[in-house]
Amino acid sequence: MIKQQGNILFCGVGGQGILLASEITAFVLIASGFDVKKSEVHGMAQRGGSVVAHLRYGEKVFSPLIDIASADIEVAFELLESVRYLPYLNTKSKVIVNTQKILPPSVSTGVEQYPDNLLDILKEKDLSVFPINAFDMAKEAGDMRAVNMVLVGALSKFIPVNEDVFFNIIEEKIPKKILEINRKAFIFGQKAVLT
Amino acid sequence: MENKVLLLSGNEAIALGAYEANIKVASGYPGTPSTEILETLLSYDGIYTEWAPNEKVAVEVAIGASFAGVRSLATMKHVGLNVAADPLFTSVYTGVRGGFVIICADDPEMHSSQNEQDNRNYAFAAKLPMLEPSDPFEAKEFVKKAFNISEEFDTPVIVRTTTRLSHVKGIVSPGNIEKSKVSPSIEKIPEKFVMLPSYARKRRVELDKRLIRLREFVETFQENKIELGDKRIGFITSGVSYLYVKEAFPNASVLKLGIVYPFPEKMIKEFASQIEELFIVEELDPFIELHVKAMGIKCKGKELIPSRNELSSYIVKNAILKEDIKKAVFEPVQIPLRPPNLCPGCPHRGIFYALSKLKVFVAGDIGCYTLAAFKPLNAVDSCVCMGASIGTAFGMEKALGKDALSKIVAVIGDSTFVHSGITPLIDVVYNKGFTTVIILDNSTTAMTGHQQNPATGFTIKDEPTVSIDLEALCRAIGVKHVYTVNPNDILGTQKLVKQEIERDEPSVIITKAPCVLLPEVRKIKNKPIYKINKCKGCMTCVKLGCPAIEWIPINDEKSKQKGNSQINRVLCAGCGQCAMLCKFDAIMMEEK
Ligand SMILES: Cc1ncc(C[n+]2csc(CCOP(=O)(O)OP(=O)(O)O)c2C)c(N)n1
Ligand code: SF4
Ligand code: SF4
Repeated sequence: MIKQQGNILFCGVGGQGILLASEITAFVLIASGFDVKKSEVHGMAQRGGSVVAHLRYGEKVFSPLIDIASADIEVAFELLESVRYLPYLNTKSKVIVNTQKILPPSVSTGVEQYPDNLLDILKEKDLSVFPINAFDMAKEAGDMRAVNMVLVGALSKFIPVNEDVFFNIIEEKIPKKILEINRKAFIFGQKAVLT
Repeated sequence: MENKVLLLSGNEAIALGAYEANIKVASGYPGTPSTEILETLLSYDGIYTEWAPNEKVAVEVAIGASFAGVRSLATMKHVGLNVAADPLFTSVYTGVRGGFVIICADDPEMHSSQNEQDNRNYAFAAKLPMLEPSDPFEAKEFVKKAFNISEEFDTPVIVRTTTRLSHVKGIVSPGNIEKSKVSPSIEKIPEKFVMLPSYARKRRVELDKRLIRLREFVETFQENKIELGDKRIGFITSGVSYLYVKEAFPNASVLKLGIVYPFPEKMIKEFASQIEELFIVEELDPFIELHVKAMGIKCKGKELIPSRNELSSYIVKNAILKEDIKKAVFEPVQIPLRPPNLCPGCPHRGIFYALSKLKVFVAGDIGCYTLAAFKPLNAVDSCVCMGASIGTAFGMEKALGKDALSKIVAVIGDSTFVHSGITPLIDVVYNKGFTTVIILDNSTTAMTGHQQNPATGFTIKDEPTVSIDLEALCRAIGVKHVYTVNPNDILGTQKLVKQEIERDEPSVIITKAPCVLLPEVRKIKNKPIYKINKCKGCMTCVKLGCPAIEWIPINDEKSKQKGNSQINRVLCAGCGQCAMLCKFDAIMMEEK
């Protein structure tokens, strides 16, 4: 049985389209009758820094923040970021992770190395991990900026909502010109977590 | 329209509330987390909306509109209210004609701020009512109520939001547009509007009478509510803290304060008398707690609840139960941090590289450029508040005398210079300083999300307007040495700065190049991209800290060269700063 309330944590790097992805998901949940609260970061944190959005849904949601060890799903837009928010996860959490790497300043300036065991860290923890190469899929769909829609597609498989609602909301919110690319990206994402 | 549901942020809901309250004039100065309020208001018809040069002006404009009999709004972040405190305190004496509401957005945990002051203290200090909604739904309603309170009690009203309300999205439904009882006109009421001591003393008495009426009003105000549950444990709380309490203790009794000043003392007494163990849960200062304790009521507050940073339901539960709480299952793993950084191609980057080479003390200011304080540039040595760069540099100079010559510069952004940099520059000239001031003119207020300002030549609606001529302004103040340069020419700028810091007179260097995130810059097609050929591994370009430049180490002991620089084509914005610095000419434009 799928739970009728949930906590979804979106994380990644400023500029990756995290706010839009969480927004679309929030609209889908509202259209499906849930109360929703979503916390975002603006301002300073967006300048290429680590970005996180909390999305909570249920019959009635009070706190806009996901508690420690309470995220049901983590949608990580970048590999390193998927590990940063581990304290929010528990052994039942699902982790959808885009395997794309974006180097943080300490790595691109040669001070530190980009860790090479990040997926192992997640897998060792007994989490259900769904690594997907969203960047390549987005490119294949027609635009590398559609990474966020690939991830929303993958996420759609884990929340208690009819997929038609997703397609309707995407059609409503995405400009006509890039709708087809986004729809394709979404379907790639859906398929990626099935295999 | 009635049953529609909208997903709005707290800020968007505040704007909708102001629209439904039928405001006519809105003024503010950008500042995270308040900025989107005015930006959202633009989408509603019939409201004059503007970016003011600073918060003091915004409040004065709103006061004027209120004097003219229309409803008015002023918006700002918490520290903005410090700037606007002067008109605020006395506007409480004059009172209003049209409803006048100030929105101030606090930032517990300093997500985007230089301090985390608790602005509820302003309500107490200035003696005016303050409302505190807890989610977007309430935010809209409370703003409407604030306007009614303002007109009914002849007082400015503050609505306090925090980052966790302003930037949370929740469900809101649109409502009806209200009417003000006041009509627009010019009225001469000197005993109300002219705060000479003789009139002010009378208004001071009125103010005390008003406070008595307000204290009565808050006892029955619907948004102060008692939710009785399990009486063994009870909470007095407000704002987002209420949400954390409800999440952590769904069955407990709660007194939720919708107005955090003045306090409904009878209600508090009545509530407390029924509760076995009373807790006050509030972010930052013990504002409610001190008052409840002063009433002689036993309660627990800051000895358990942290007075720094944001709360969460986890923190509240943990603090109060100290047992049986969900602990982290997975400990954090040590991985490289990802702090915010100047964008690839940011025009600010080169000048800070130059300053780091000149080894001067950089009295900094607030804006994107403050990020140059981080590695690898490490080129900002102080940052206090908006506009402080010039005054602090000048003060250091006066402290050290001639020894300071060629050792200190002040660095300030265009928006910040207009906000509060002009008066300190006047001080430098008037009092015979030799400060070198660098104005970083990137044609926008970038840090807060690219707002127009008086130096950009456009209004908040992107309509063309007069643009301040910064060079002419500085000359008019009396600065004799004023230059405008392109900061992407790092070496040329460095030479000029060196020349000017050695000069025994004030000078201003305006570095002019647009922020690369501006739409007009993004639109440019065929921007150059740079590439590196035959890198010698000297790391000069790496020290620039551009995110597009990646250092690839060579893990071969025998190799003399420790690594290579490489440019990420997707990120490179084509500013050419790195190419100018490379001594081996290894960095060049890619052929098209
Ligand atoms: C009193 C006050 N108001 C507002 C802010 C928010 N704020 C921080 S930086 C900034 C403006 C920066 O613009 P500018 O000086 O042009 O620098 P840029 O970010 O464009 O480089 C603002 C409005 C603040 N910190 N303090
Ligand atoms: S937003 Fe503009 S000013 Fe700010 S760091 Fe990026 S390029 Fe520089
Ligand atoms: S030209 Fe050099 S410094 Fe400028 S954005 Fe490209 S890599 Fe960065």
